[in-house]
Amino acid sequence: MTTPLLQIDGVTIDYDTKKGNLRALRDISFDVNKGEIVGIVGESGCGKSTLISTILQLLPQNAEWKKGAIHFKGKNLIACNEKEMRDMRGKDISVIFQDPMQSLNPVITIGRQMVDIQHRSTSPYAEKWQKAIEMLSMVGIADAETRLKQHPFEFSGGMLQRIAIAMALMSRPDLLIADEPTTALDATLEVEIIKRLKDLHKEMECSILFISHHLGVIAELCQRVVVMYAGSVVEFGTVDEIFFNPKHPYTRRLIECDPGHIKERAKRLPTIPGEIPDLTEALEGCIFQERCSESIAKCKTATPPLVSLGQNHQAACWLNHDQEPE
Amino acid sequence: MTLLSVSNLKTSYGKTTVLTGVSFHVDEGETYALVGESGSGKTTLIRAIAGLAPAQEGSILFQGHELRGLSDRKMRPFRKDISLMFQDPVGSLSPRLTVGGLITEPYRIQGMTNRDLNAEAARLLEMVGLPADMAGRYPFQLSGGQARRVGVARALALEPKLLLADEPTAGLDVSVQGELLNLLNDLRDQLGLSMLIITHNLNIVRHVSDRMGIMYLGQLVEEGTTEDVFHHSKHPYTRALLSASPKPDPHAKMDRIILHGDPPSLLKRPSGCEFRSRCPFAKDICKDTPEWNETHGHSVRCFIPLR
Repeated sequence: MTTPLLQIDGVTIDYDTKKGNLRALRDISFDVNKGEIVGIVGESGCGKSTLISTILQLLPQNAEWKKGAIHFKGKNLIACNEKEMRDMRGKDISVIFQDPMQSLNPVITIGRQMVDIQHRSTSPYAEKWQKAIEMLSMVGIADAETRLKQHPFEFSGGMLQRIAIAMALMSRPDLLIADEPTTALDATLEVEIIKRLKDLHKEMECSILFISHHLGVIAELCQRVVVMYAGSVVEFGTVDEIFFNPKHPYTRRLIECDPGHIKERAKRLPTIPGEIPDLTEALEGCIFQERCSESIAKCKTATPPLVSLGQNHQAACWLNHDQEPE
Repeated sequence: MTLLSVSNLKTSYGKTTVLTGVSFHVDEGETYALVGESGSGKTTLIRAIAGLAPAQEGSILFQGHELRGLSDRKMRPFRKDISLMFQDPVGSLSPRLTVGGLITEPYRIQGMTNRDLNAEAARLLEMVGLPADMAGRYPFQLSGGQARRVGVARALALEPKLLLADEPTAGLDVSVQGELLNLLNDLRDQLGLSMLIITHNLNIVRHVSDRMGIMYLGQLVEEGTTEDVFHHSKHPYTRALLSASPKPDPHAKMDRIILHGDPPSLLKRPSGCEFRSRCPFAKDICKDTPEWNETHGHSVRCFIPLR
């Protein structure tokens, strides 16, 4: 077996806050293979954004690295110095953010920004400009030459997101991190972006780490899925395993709650009662046990490990363990 | 009985025409959903009904009273009966008032201060399922879901007849979204409320609304019972919207109508049928302007309606 492109092992991150130590990531482990699309799904506060910053080594000042390792193309990112990281960001790993309006400079033309982002290349300006035209056409923006001379406000949200994708893929990265890239878009534009990403993924042969809270989008685009809750990975597996054979109660509840899942009109929609636990407190046992309707005595005292339940499927829940006498 | 009847409502900001003649009505006790994408004029419409956006032509009849063009002072008595839940739950709450102050502000504005406001605050908090000690908190101390509930309490403080809800679940996680919709459904039954909900999320519409309308570029393109629109949609745009929503099922078969291009700018509206620039089924006839055709309460604005 070849080594994965990105390998995350037991990463734990704390934030130093006014209320005390906040554990944002708890022992996160998963991997992304070459050419694969892995989805990360979870609700607000589950640590999705911290995870991206951790991979890019762009954590804020108050973050504290507790333990774990991240290997990208066999290289330990933790051991990299700032210069090595800077060489990697935008070239080997690039990111598409949620709001395209905020990731582009409003007072500089799209063309200028697309040329500037090729700052590592030594080719002449005209060549970079030509490459910008190619990339824009590739993401389906017609009349690229004229469009390059325009400013971001002259484009619609869907177009700006396509421009952001074009820019992120310009350097032909090995890993593309897409942070909720369709959340700010309307449904008809969302499906277009997903289709576009799928096509580009085939063409560019890059891996994609796709972060979303939208189960439907994940089901459609990804090959494997990481389910996160309150800073932990609760389940990890192929889309088929996650959607048809979920082994963690949180995953099951989350799928049930998705209104797209309920075909007939329901007077009462399912919910997950309770709230995410306060992460500044020392939490014992399973992170989900307070809201879990299936919890047993053991869940209160011991944290369930993420264990393998067959090929390409892992979950962290005591219910999957044979009940052994205590 | 018709509670709210909007007919041929037009709104322009300068040269930009946002609403090009919207007509629909909401019956008593009914939940009506308006669905459309960004720029379709949903928010302008709801704000025009609440008297917060201009409307140059047409009429807004609420229980037979014309609301269009009323001055703020004349509008005030109606604000007791028509309340608005804003799109941004935290942004719509003043950061300097406590939750208790916020949910009793409507009484003060309406001069109804001869009652025990603390007791009212406690009653409202209980109604929306928040703990009583929440009254002393400030908006920044609330989660998104809690802020939504405060918005609901505030909107329902004066026991309105009509609740206008602008994207009531935007920004909420799926596990919390259901709670809010359940709460709105319960309160509707308890208080006999009528609701006009605006959303771009078709998945929630199915569960809350009795009738629905689909908006495109500032006008309705289809209207009918929720059942009819979901199962027998006639307008290509409605069909595209319905097929666009990704299903949480990796093997789902997608007979998708993918729309090409972006919605046209409001400054450069297409001639004839305004959807024809993106419509996969457009023919020559669509260069003319289609009429609003109604059959058995299901209406559509299209020359070649789908079956």
